[in-house]
Amino acid sequence: MSWYNPSNIGFATRTKLADMGYGARLFLRLLASAGPAFRRFGLIRDQIHFLGNYSLAIIAVSGLFVGFVFGLQGYYTLQRYGSSEALGLLVTLSLVRELGPVVTALLFAGRAGTSLTAEIGLMKAGEQLSVMEMMAVDPVQRVLAPRFWAGVISMPLLAAVFSAMGVIGGWVVGVLMIGVDAGSFWSQIQGGVDVWADVGNGIIKSVVFGFTVTFIALLQGFEAQPTPEGVASATTRTVVMASLSVLGLDFILTAMMFTI
Amino acid sequence: MDPNTTTSLVELRNLTFGYGERVILDDVSLRIPRGKVTALMGASGGGKTTILRLIGGQNRAQSGEMLFDGQDVTHMDQRQLYAARRRMGMLFQFGALFADLSVYENVAFPLHEHTNLPEALIRDIVLMKLNAVGLRGARDLMPSDLSGGMARRIALARAIALDPELVMYDEPFSGLDPISLGTAANLIRHLNDSMGLTSVFVSHELEQTFAISDHVIILANGKIAAQGTPDEVRQSTDPLVYQYVHALPDGPVRFHYPGVSVDEDFGVGTASTTAGPGVAA
Repeated sequence: MSWYNPSNIGFATRTKLADMGYGARLFLRLLASAGPAFRRFGLIRDQIHFLGNYSLAIIAVSGLFVGFVFGLQGYYTLQRYGSSEALGLLVTLSLVRELGPVVTALLFAGRAGTSLTAEIGLMKAGEQLSVMEMMAVDPVQRVLAPRFWAGVISMPLLAAVFSAMGVIGGWVVGVLMIGVDAGSFWSQIQGGVDVWADVGNGIIKSVVFGFTVTFIALLQGFEAQPTPEGVASATTRTVVMASLSVLGLDFILTAMMFTI
Repeated sequence: MDPNTTTSLVELRNLTFGYGERVILDDVSLRIPRGKVTALMGASGGGKTTILRLIGGQNRAQSGEMLFDGQDVTHMDQRQLYAARRRMGMLFQFGALFADLSVYENVAFPLHEHTNLPEALIRDIVLMKLNAVGLRGARDLMPSDLSGGMARRIALARAIALDPELVMYDEPFSGLDPISLGTAANLIRHLNDSMGLTSVFVSHELEQTFAISDHVIILANGKIAAQGTPDEVRQSTDPLVYQYVHALPDGPVRFHYPGVSVDEDFGVGTASTTAGPGVAA
């Protein structure tokens, strides 16, 4: 098959457009599902437990270690300018504005996103979604929507945990190990971090990432070929697409937040 | 209204369906009589399961009508389709139980989704349905703990939880040992009579299928090859039906996959140009 054949290009474009249209429609259906989904909050609560709670350990430990590293690297740079007491501010701003939302989203894609894709894909392969349709129960409403909203809710909470653990990590290395003054470490944070400009922007980012990662994971599972190989490759696609989307969106969001 | 719709719950009229170029059902008309047990038989890939999916509206006919109780499923919107599906129950080939729910919760699932009944009443209904399939004692097991035959009986209990009018079984006998197979066959017959159902099932198994069905439809090449009572079908003189009913390895359905003739492949005799069925007669 010659790659330059115009009809092949046309076919590939049309297939891609159809896929995008399908994805967009599913996204709108999930957004529209908010009302009925929140009326049965028990289903969302169970999924928050499943997605959020089980991701908590990896998020907390990662946050702590990122904080350790930032304490060391930040001190190395800052002491050259004789401003090592600003270590707390450097660690906190980096985490809250940038690393908290981004690294949490990447870890969430790997931990919760893959399990979502695999779960939905296996439900599809096992005809559990078909059987639901035959019972006149809409799988988008019953299966996808609670997971979607649970992911959207969990992400900012996990990002907050990540950032908090990171600050503690920075404190352990900076104050306890290196000996930066504890008073200036905390007071610089208190004085230098703005609730809206810094914390608020970080929260906006993590909510956007929550929508992105959870939606990609659900779409890949829902679209997966209903075979073991199909589910395996869908899981891989979830991680690749979610990670790239998070990093790309992060740049766009950061650029927008700088200009506003 | 056609007087026949009162005696047949499901009716296909000149229905054609296929995937892309491949035609699965070609201008098929058939009736599934109300209150009876109907078996759909035929070679693999012959469109039996497709008929079940068409009845349930999971596939839509390309042309012709697919009537369920006089209403055409083909052109229903989602709301109408869901209303029609509440009157049907379907048993999938391997049960398709929800893996994260217990047996009890699986059977209670349609009741929780579609009714506001108090939990005590739901419990009674679930236990009655489980009792009907002989698995009341298995209520606390998880689907991973069940054998294939048990999983299908649980799925059957779930399919009849809302007292449907029509129950469809997709290959209920495949992969079952003789005991489970006999149990499943008796259940289909017994539930049909005791609950006043209409049952349709897809099967490859001959003996039990003929024993429990009132009406047998054999499909071949997208058409109906034979239909009638089990005895009528058994005595059919159609060569294809004869081959199927008597499980003969060669006949109208060839043993050899189509290809060049044996002579040509092995280089004996003169090369033939026709791509015959490959059997040196």
